[in-house]
Amino acid sequence: MSIAVYGTRHAQAFLGSLGRLARSPFATFLTVLVIGLALALPLALQLLVTNASRATGGFTSAVDVSVYFKQNVALAEVQQRAANARAQPGVAEVTVISADDALKEFQKYSGFGAALQALEQNPLPNALRVRPAADAMSPSDLARLERYLAAWPEVDTVQVDSQWVERLNAILDVLKRVLLVAAVLLGAGVLAVVGNTVRLEIQNRRAEIEVVKLVGGSNAFVRRPFLYTGVIYGVTGALVAWGVMAIALGVLEGSVANLAKLYGSQYALAGPAAEEVLWLFAGGAVLGWLGAWISATRHLRRIEPRA
Amino acid sequence: MIAFDHVVKRYPNGREALAGVSFRIAAGEMVFLTGRSGAGKSTVLKLIALIERPTRGTVLVAGKNLGALPSRRIPAYRRSIGVVFQDHRLLMDRPVFDNVALPLIVAGSPLKETDKRVRAALDQVGLLGKERMLPLELSAGEQQRVGIARAVVSKPTLLICDEPTGNLDRDLAVEVMRLLKRFQNVGVTVVVATHDIHLVQEHESGQRTIVLDDGRIQGGAGEEPLPSIVASR
Ligand SMILES: Nc1ncnc2c1ncn2[C@@H]1O[C@H](COP(=O)(O)OP(=O)(O)OP(=O)(O)O)[C@@H](O)[C@H]1O
Ligand SMILES: [Mg+2]
Repeated sequence: MSIAVYGTRHAQAFLGSLGRLARSPFATFLTVLVIGLALALPLALQLLVTNASRATGGFTSAVDVSVYFKQNVALAEVQQRAANARAQPGVAEVTVISADDALKEFQKYSGFGAALQALEQNPLPNALRVRPAADAMSPSDLARLERYLAAWPEVDTVQVDSQWVERLNAILDVLKRVLLVAAVLLGAGVLAVVGNTVRLEIQNRRAEIEVVKLVGGSNAFVRRPFLYTGVIYGVTGALVAWGVMAIALGVLEGSVANLAKLYGSQYALAGPAAEEVLWLFAGGAVLGWLGAWISATRHLRRIEPRA
Repeated sequence: MIAFDHVVKRYPNGREALAGVSFRIAAGEMVFLTGRSGAGKSTVLKLIALIERPTRGTVLVAGKNLGALPSRRIPAYRRSIGVVFQDHRLLMDRPVFDNVALPLIVAGSPLKETDKRVRAALDQVGLLGKERMLPLELSAGEQQRVGIARAVVSKPTLLICDEPTGNLDRDLAVEVMRLLKRFQNVGVTVVVATHDIHLVQEHESGQRTIVLDDGRIQGGAGEEPLPSIVASR
């Protein structure tokens, strides 16, 4: 078969499918809507995961160790200890936070500024913030660093802020799994919807299919328009999912920005990345094609011409 | 062109429609297949069109053993023959042109070629100018002629017709028979199944008649290929 013939056949099948879908707009619309919503849900979860990791992104990878000194330890001694800490292997950065700086910061952000002004004495201790190197953040590395810091006689408490990071990562992990399960289930749903729609279409066109087979139409020829129908459903469903997502993001954007502002952040909701949009459309097309293929292969074989 | 050799056809329900039938049809012949209702005429045509396969015996068409033809070869085989039915099997929601073009579209013929051939076929059956009409806007005789145009549009060398005149009155039936005869005249092998003996008898020249009775060829047990055929030449 020449390429021109091949192209002609495909063009005819594609246009035929498009025409038939356009001729029953309401039924087509409902099917596309169902597929669109089924595709929108995994996309929404994906966006939730990316936004959650992005919003917390500054913290998830960084574990800080806070070292609080006893009240009577002078800042000079603390600076000496900071130099010791910097010389330790596995330490990336050490910041000295003097009691005065800590108080100023607290006054600025806590909203208790006036009340704190009334204090005669600074209740906050001098402190160090020790950031471990990226390759020294395993639990055993952290435990060793914690023991080293706690052994200094001037130190009151050492606090490793890793537990909440682990929790956050675990939550994100659960979300990712929920996303995976939802994607698989809803993908199966799309297969079923397209498959069933194609099955009904095949039943409606039974007489026509018999005639086409009688004049020599192969199974592949008879199946082709149904495959195009499936792909058209999948791609327009993806388009609907994308639209639904854009609307949902538009609705949420304002309130998320507001929420972020209350936390003193400039955080803006991230929409789907180009790559995610590509996945959405590819997924829609593949699911539509596969659903139609399974259904058509199964049901067309049973239709043979009668005489 | 066609050779049936001791062909037995038993349907899944156990009914034996053909009980050992043998005959030969030469290329370019026009043959009538007659007999009472239920005699097995349609079954013979279904075996030729590969809608059914023989239970026993061999069916050879154009050198192909149809009983052993792989399923994937069936479409290509069907494209090489033309089939006409009593109920014409037209697609009622498509215009005449699309109906006639169907075998060419299925075969992947280029659009220009399709257009030319469809017009030629419609011209042959006297329906040129009605391409855009729907089958329901045509008379019964015209519908049957659309069915014939569809069967011949891809220029098959074999044309099989099952009761092509069954729904038509006398004059229209004669007209259709003349039309089929014209295809024989240009070298097409034509096999027509009909229970209308009168029509066969009226139709004077150049055809043979094979009479079926209860799954056998009348006048013989079907043992020998040719003597069982009633010649009306
Ligand atoms: N698909 C089928 N399943 C079971 N039995 C069938 C089938 N088709 C035909 N038969 C039986 O086989 C026998 C021959 O049928 P066939 O259709 O070949 O007869 P016919 O000569 O064409 O009759 P008619 O003139 O009524 O069309 C009949 O008894 C019929 O009931
Ligand atoms: Mg019959």
